[in-house]
Amino acid sequence: MNMPSEQNNKPKLSRRQFLTAAGGVTFAVAAGAMGFKYFAEPGKNKKTLPDQEITAWVKLNPNGEIIFYNPAAEMGQGSMTALAVIFAEEMDADWDMVRIESAPVEPDTYGLQWSGALGGPMLTVGSRTIRGYFQALRHAGAQARNALLQLAAAHWGVDIGQLSTEPGTVVDAKGKQRISYGDLAALMTDTETSIELREIPESAWKKPEEFRLIGTDVPRRDIPAKVDGTAQFAMDVHLPGMLYGSVLRTPVHGAKPTLKNETDIRKMDGVLEVVMLDHGVGIVADNYEKALKAKRALQVDWSQDAQAQGYDSEAAFAKYQQLARQTTADSRKVSESGNYSGAMRGAQKTYDLEYRNDFLYHAQMEPLNAVVSVTSDKKSAEVWVGTQGMDGSRKAVADALGIEFEQVKFHPCYLGGGFGRRSMSGYVEEAALLAAKVDQPVKLIWTREDDVRYGAFRPISVQRMQAGVDETGELVAWGHYIAGTGGGLLGSAGKCDYYSLPNHRIEVRNIDEGVRTKHWRSVSHGANKFAIETFLDEIAHDLGRDPLNFRLRLMREHPREMKVLKEVAQMTDWGNAAIPEGRARGLSVTDHGGSFAAGVAEISVDEQYKIRVHRFWTAVDAGIVVQPANTKAQIEGGIVMGISSVLQESITFKDGAVQQSNFHDYPLLRMADVPEDIEISLIASEGAPSSIGELSLPLVGGAIANAFLSLTGTPLRHIPFRPEKVKAILNA
Amino acid sequence: MTTSFKLNGKSIEVETAEDANLLWTIRENLQLTGTKFACGIAQCGSCTVHVDGVPTRACITPLASVAGKSVTTIEGLSEKKLSALQEAWIAEQVPQCGYCQSGQIMQAAALLAENPSPSREEIVNHMNGVLCRCGTYLRIIKAIERASTSA
Repeated sequence: MNMPSEQNNKPKLSRRQFLTAAGGVTFAVAAGAMGFKYFAEPGKNKKTLPDQEITAWVKLNPNGEIIFYNPAAEMGQGSMTALAVIFAEEMDADWDMVRIESAPVEPDTYGLQWSGALGGPMLTVGSRTIRGYFQALRHAGAQARNALLQLAAAHWGVDIGQLSTEPGTVVDAKGKQRISYGDLAALMTDTETSIELREIPESAWKKPEEFRLIGTDVPRRDIPAKVDGTAQFAMDVHLPGMLYGSVLRTPVHGAKPTLKNETDIRKMDGVLEVVMLDHGVGIVADNYEKALKAKRALQVDWSQDAQAQGYDSEAAFAKYQQLARQTTADSRKVSESGNYSGAMRGAQKTYDLEYRNDFLYHAQMEPLNAVVSVTSDKKSAEVWVGTQGMDGSRKAVADALGIEFEQVKFHPCYLGGGFGRRSMSGYVEEAALLAAKVDQPVKLIWTREDDVRYGAFRPISVQRMQAGVDETGELVAWGHYIAGTGGGLLGSAGKCDYYSLPNHRIEVRNIDEGVRTKHWRSVSHGANKFAIETFLDEIAHDLGRDPLNFRLRLMREHPREMKVLKEVAQMTDWGNAAIPEGRARGLSVTDHGGSFAAGVAEISVDEQYKIRVHRFWTAVDAGIVVQPANTKAQIEGGIVMGISSVLQESITFKDGAVQQSNFHDYPLLRMADVPEDIEISLIASEGAPSSIGELSLPLVGGAIANAFLSLTGTPLRHIPFRPEKVKAILNA
Repeated sequence: MTTSFKLNGKSIEVETAEDANLLWTIRENLQLTGTKFACGIAQCGSCTVHVDGVPTRACITPLASVAGKSVTTIEGLSEKKLSALQEAWIAEQVPQCGYCQSGQIMQAAALLAENPSPSREEIVNHMNGVLCRCGTYLRIIKAIERASTSA
């Protein structure tokens, strides 16, 4: 079994145990909350260093092996390799000697604050891992390298100034001697040498032109295990005596269960426990198929008092539309500048259009699951889980059992997809509540139907877009009113800093419906950029302006973004390319977390009114790119998921309940429907690394709708663009 | 119920309930967890194994139906060393989250066994039943093409 730590499936020792248990370990670089400490002999230093201070990014073994502690979840984005690359770069480590293990769940040391400083939650979200850890890991790597230089200087009795490093080796050019990092580590076993861990100013770190790992295509370390079937997802954990859990959850969020046939259920073959939960009924059985059988036999009355009772997503559009149209409403301002109302009044021509999007389901391929083992005294527990929120999940188990955070041993597993769904920890809590009732470990497995029906969805919304143009066709006023259910999720990406819109007003208007919504890859960028970019093309179309030139004009004060847009125009030979008969191209742009991207889709519509995306081009400025090939894989994946969401996906509610249940009625894009080619250009940059994982998906809705407008003269204003909707629009 | 069949080349006998299913038996009883559960209704292909060489969705396959047959899982595809197909998968850096990849590889292996040099259209037709949420499809195509030309 291969866990994200590249270890076997033995329970991972905590950092503290590791230091005391590993006799051969000679030294480690330990990072306190801000400063670093060095300790030569683990046993000895343990006495002087309180446990909580023994934390580290790296451990160097005498055999030269360098263990890097990965603080982030690995859900397919590849950051486990990229973070190690960043550290190894500055440490000047021999990459072949680097091994990756999961960091202990100690958020004070390994977590990330929203400001980018260390010491926040260990929460892998928001495409923030590489950009968040980049500077801290470079500094830590530079410090580790400096410590090794100090060691070598002491060993040889020479001035540190005459030493340099080559990958994995300290070199004394003057004295003509060399020593490997591993041999330096070995020296530490019998030395009392005290090494000062120094602050290394950024000016002394490598210059981008000196990088030998960053910017090259280092193969991902998780891939071999994902190709031979040994990669360990929580779903794959097997413990002696393990039992199986299944939960019947309320169809209407917030309704409470009353179980009518508990006695009969308890008599069923293999059933060991029936556990009442606030939102459902849990079964623990000695076999998963038996647990499912018992779950199917449950007879439950659900309370009729839930807020979501009666919610109908199709009917709700009218409410959101009305709310979006109100001139005064209880709004949250996303951004406002200039004199919007005055500019609208003074405009030569105004536009007022609405765009819509349905709820979306994450559809990560691995259904939610977790394994929890509670000791018989109920005072401690272990959890195996794939989660985006490591400390959050560990805390969820502790809270469910009423024990301390420290009493929960946490085993991170690979995530079979996250996309935001695994940033919630309800499924981990459920596993803990089931495991608390028995003396054996419990593996809780959600079925796909559970995963869909008790999903937490990208919000539904109606977006009212208003604009005014002057007599020269210049945009002088811009209004964007986002109304729906999803609270703070709704406003993501409303503001477009790369367009000069001096008089604008952007507002969010939310109705709490009691249904579950959550961050979904790119949050509401997917819906909002669709509305913004499609609206722009509709205006350009009306004014007889070219969509590219129209945007370039809006970007006149933003050269960085303009460069990206021009790059995609060049890639596609915009305006001059010979486009096959029956096809058209559409353009869109997006920002995300400091990055910027521009995309072009080439589409056609077949006889069954199905939109086909034949080709897709993207230009991206994401600052310094640590792993270019993997970055392209992420951009490509975002485009494919974007096409899937825009052409096919929709969650609807009737009577408060989700109407879909599995991939037959929530279809995902299949191989036959991916573009023949996705071409990606990464703009060379020495800017700070910025967002990648969520950058490309928001391009797709606008690019497809704009290509459709160009092809048919008809706009698409409601995601998804399924054939029946396309047919109705074209025949209207 | 006792069911005898060949699993990854070895004859085995398992004792299960009458209505046991192949996927859960492989994953939980026999602890070969490379084969994944993802939909349970043969819509996604993550659970694909070979039954007498034919790619089969284990999630809807009754265990009784493989009695006397030969079942191969991802673990059996690479017992000694990785197949050329798996090497191609690494060379193309196909997986992202990786969860569907065992199913993708088993589906692809069955194609190459029948048709060592498939066209792109043949690849797409054969692979269309296996879902990937991370969007690795284009790389899957490249890996199969690489394995077919190197075969």
